[in-house]
Amino acid sequence: MSVEAPIRGGAPESVWDRLEPLLPRVRKPVQYVGGERNATVTPWEDAQVHWALCYPDAYEVGLPNQGLMILYEVLNERPDALAERTYAVWPDLAALMREHGVPQFTVDAHRPVAAFDVLGVSFATELGYTNLLEILDLAGIPLHAADRTAEHPLVLAGGHAAFNPEPIADFVDLVVLGDGEEVVGEITDVVAAAKAEGLGRRETLERLAGVPGVYVPSLYEVTYVDDGAITEVRPTTPAAPARVHKRTTSDLDDWPYPKQPLVPMAETVHERMSVEIFRGCTRGCRFCQAGMITRPVRERSKRGVSEMVEQGLAASGYSEVGLLSLSSADHSEIGEIAKGLADRYEGTGTGLSLPSTRVDAFNVDLAEELTRSGRRSGLTFAPEGGSERLRRVINKMVSEEELIRTVSTAYEHGWRQVKLYFMCGLPTETDEDVLQIATMAHEVVRAGRKAAGRGDVRATVSIGAFVPKPHTPFQWAAQAAPDVVDGRLRKLREAINSDRSLGRNVGLRYHDGQPSLIEGLLSRGDRRVGRVVEAVWRDGGHFDGWSEYFSFERWEAAAARELPPLGVDLAWFTTRERDGDEVLPWDHLDSGLDRGWLWDDWQDALDSREQDDCRWTPCFDCGVCPQMGTEIQIGPSGEDMVAAGRMLPLTPVESRTSTPVRNPAFSAGTSSAPTGGSRT
Amino acid sequence: MRFAKRGRARFSSHRDVARAMEWALRRAGVPVSLSHGFSPHPRLSWIGAAPTGAASEAEFVEIGLTEDLDPAAVAREVDAVLPEGLSVLDVVRAGPGALADRIDTSVWRIALPGVDPERLGKAVAALEAAPVVEVERMTKNGPRTLDVRAALVRLDVMDALDDCHPDDAGSGDDASGDGARPSGDPVEAAASATPEVSDLRARPRRSVCGTLSLVVRHTTPAVRPDDVVSALRTVAGLEPPVPVTATRTAQGRLGASGELLDPLEVDRATTGRETDPVRHAGEDRPA
Repeated sequence: MSVEAPIRGGAPESVWDRLEPLLPRVRKPVQYVGGERNATVTPWEDAQVHWALCYPDAYEVGLPNQGLMILYEVLNERPDALAERTYAVWPDLAALMREHGVPQFTVDAHRPVAAFDVLGVSFATELGYTNLLEILDLAGIPLHAADRTAEHPLVLAGGHAAFNPEPIADFVDLVVLGDGEEVVGEITDVVAAAKAEGLGRRETLERLAGVPGVYVPSLYEVTYVDDGAITEVRPTTPAAPARVHKRTTSDLDDWPYPKQPLVPMAETVHERMSVEIFRGCTRGCRFCQAGMITRPVRERSKRGVSEMVEQGLAASGYSEVGLLSLSSADHSEIGEIAKGLADRYEGTGTGLSLPSTRVDAFNVDLAEELTRSGRRSGLTFAPEGGSERLRRVINKMVSEEELIRTVSTAYEHGWRQVKLYFMCGLPTETDEDVLQIATMAHEVVRAGRKAAGRGDVRATVSIGAFVPKPHTPFQWAAQAAPDVVDGRLRKLREAINSDRSLGRNVGLRYHDGQPSLIEGLLSRGDRRVGRVVEAVWRDGGHFDGWSEYFSFERWEAAAARELPPLGVDLAWFTTRERDGDEVLPWDHLDSGLDRGWLWDDWQDALDSREQDDCRWTPCFDCGVCPQMGTEIQIGPSGEDMVAAGRMLPLTPVESRTSTPVRNPAFSAGTSSAPTGGSRT
Repeated sequence: MRFAKRGRARFSSHRDVARAMEWALRRAGVPVSLSHGFSPHPRLSWIGAAPTGAASEAEFVEIGLTEDLDPAAVAREVDAVLPEGLSVLDVVRAGPGALADRIDTSVWRIALPGVDPERLGKAVAALEAAPVVEVERMTKNGPRTLDVRAALVRLDVMDALDDCHPDDAGSGDDASGDGARPSGDPVEAAASATPEVSDLRARPRRSVCGTLSLVVRHTTPAVRPDDVVSALRTVAGLEPPVPVTATRTAQGRLGASGELLDPLEVDRATTGRETDPVRHAGEDRPA
């Protein structure tokens, strides 16, 4: 099954010549050819440390990933490093690559991945773990870290899922916790020195374990008690710290990446210039791992945002700007940012979008700015819980009246469609909580018809199954079994359709509970779960985030085979509530959150008690800032969006055109346009 | 605008090329006019795009502008920001009449590595002798049957052995610093492949190679180079051992005496010839 690894040393040969004849035989070949605008190809010899950055999913999903794009640029700016990108190849090409001995390659220079010094893999979701094994195998890299030698790349895992990397601990050499901008440079320094000194793999890893934020799983030993729980996770060498603390990048204005966004030829899921307007979130939604592990809030200034948008649009040509964060309307200067950008790009065919907005932070003025360029398709809100009680449990404080008021205003102002996101299977949830989603959806349609003065308004209800995540107050919670989730969703569908007149304006979208159970296994699993991941991959499992590839039966069978001999099973990892004194597999990995605070917040959840946001109320001691030496960074930034004398004039262009870029090559000596414009 | 799709860009679809061109025009600061309505989009009018996998030296697009610009400047500025593999070849100021009305025929060159030219010649003769040659192709609307013979104006076997891989030979990519490009020399490329790698089947000896020159009328659905290869399989059992590479070398209207008329010539005549086509190193321009 495995592809032979190329010989290391010297510049590796491009696999393009061998790949090209295979491409006419696969679906969407353009995703494998590279050559994106703003991609970088550095001569191999010009760098001491070679990084292959991997997003373990299809190109169309992986290319727009901001994290990967940022690190790609940060590393390629270093004179001693080069970074190339590699993505999961679809099964049609994978089969041909195996048949013809073509190894996993980077899309930049089509170099074999096994020739690089570091293979950095970014995990946004745990469902990418089987793809990691597929990629390693296609690359000719031994699956198990223990079987690798100095000839093989260091396999590194990062991203949100890496905050509990234990299920893949056997397959990776090192893990990075938290923001990557600075730590990739420190790792590069260590690897460069290790190569120069001719250090062995073990010595190199020990040295890397000394870099703050780096966790080397092989330097830790895990012991278990008879009931299946962990006794302790202990470093086996003084080179490894007892606890590994996450990294935090302060002052986003110092890190204006991506400066040169990658513009692919292939179609991808997000075709826009994305600017991260802040990182972190202290809204405190108890289910939200992203909000918990990225604290504190660090805003980019409005000037910083404006400059990134200007530079990014010129470099990419994109016609949409996405202002990204975990809750974009919460930026302290969001109104000025949206108005400033809308003014500036008026008439240039440039759209603005705010992918994550909260009901309570939404206001029509903001929405009007965002849709000034034309589109007014739909608004999305995420109440997450159907009942008021449940929303207190999850700390998503939004009242039904507030929601109805907001959507009514939206319908009044011309929107015709509202999307509502919910979760099912939340702690303490009953059938009644979920059925209230139907009531709310009916109410939204009723209010919308009244506000819009017409019957054709639409509400789409989208529901995902809740998965308890590490480093959240719900890390101790029992996950709801798939049949419980599926049963509630069935009842919800009946309730929505019980009123024909309202029900026909409500769309319901949901996924089965089964994939979520597996995500739950991988999220809160320990090292023993690695055997299940490997068994599933050996059984042909991959692309588990895609419903057409995911097989619950395969996972269930592998878990039933691999886990009981170790004294545990699928239910033990998923539907079992944990006690306060149980050692959790990720307790030695520090996201900054105080374990005592998390437990108290979990108890507050069970009592339906809410927690405020520390941006606007006093600190509630979650532990992050003192532990990490960080602080909240929010506006007002006190700077204008446009630096005096530096920027282009803000006057809108005379007529509707389709470019935000002023090219001096076209301004000199142009003759007047003939009637009706001209075509070239 | 006439532009080329070469090298690895040949694997892009029409949608891919259209998006890439729209973004490139925005990067270059070309003031393209926008359609009116709820969701404004740039006014670009595309003419019969080369299929995914095929290269082209003759793709055409009409671009609506809000200002009158120097065509040479447009060619230069857009070419500078196009992704690797896409190159502007010619820009003229559009005169009256639609470009689409001046294009009804394509000239293709198809390289068939591993196919003996003599064998190819016999297959071509068989195809030309048949009154009707139907092949089936999957389209968005299910399988369609099309008559290749009816669309065929001319089909010749070229005897240029060194022209076997037109995609590499004429690539002339504008990206710099790309040390990983495949070698343009087919012999060297074959020789440099590591012997233990089991892809020798995939790359037959390059010394054997058939090349076709093909003139085909635009029909609906269009007869593509792949369909012609399918037709050769149908009439003569010809099975290329590896995927063929096709390059469109010209498009235009078929003249009375079988010559192809340059579709941009009319605009040059009406607006004056003020542009020099952008030339690229190693470019293989058809007459």
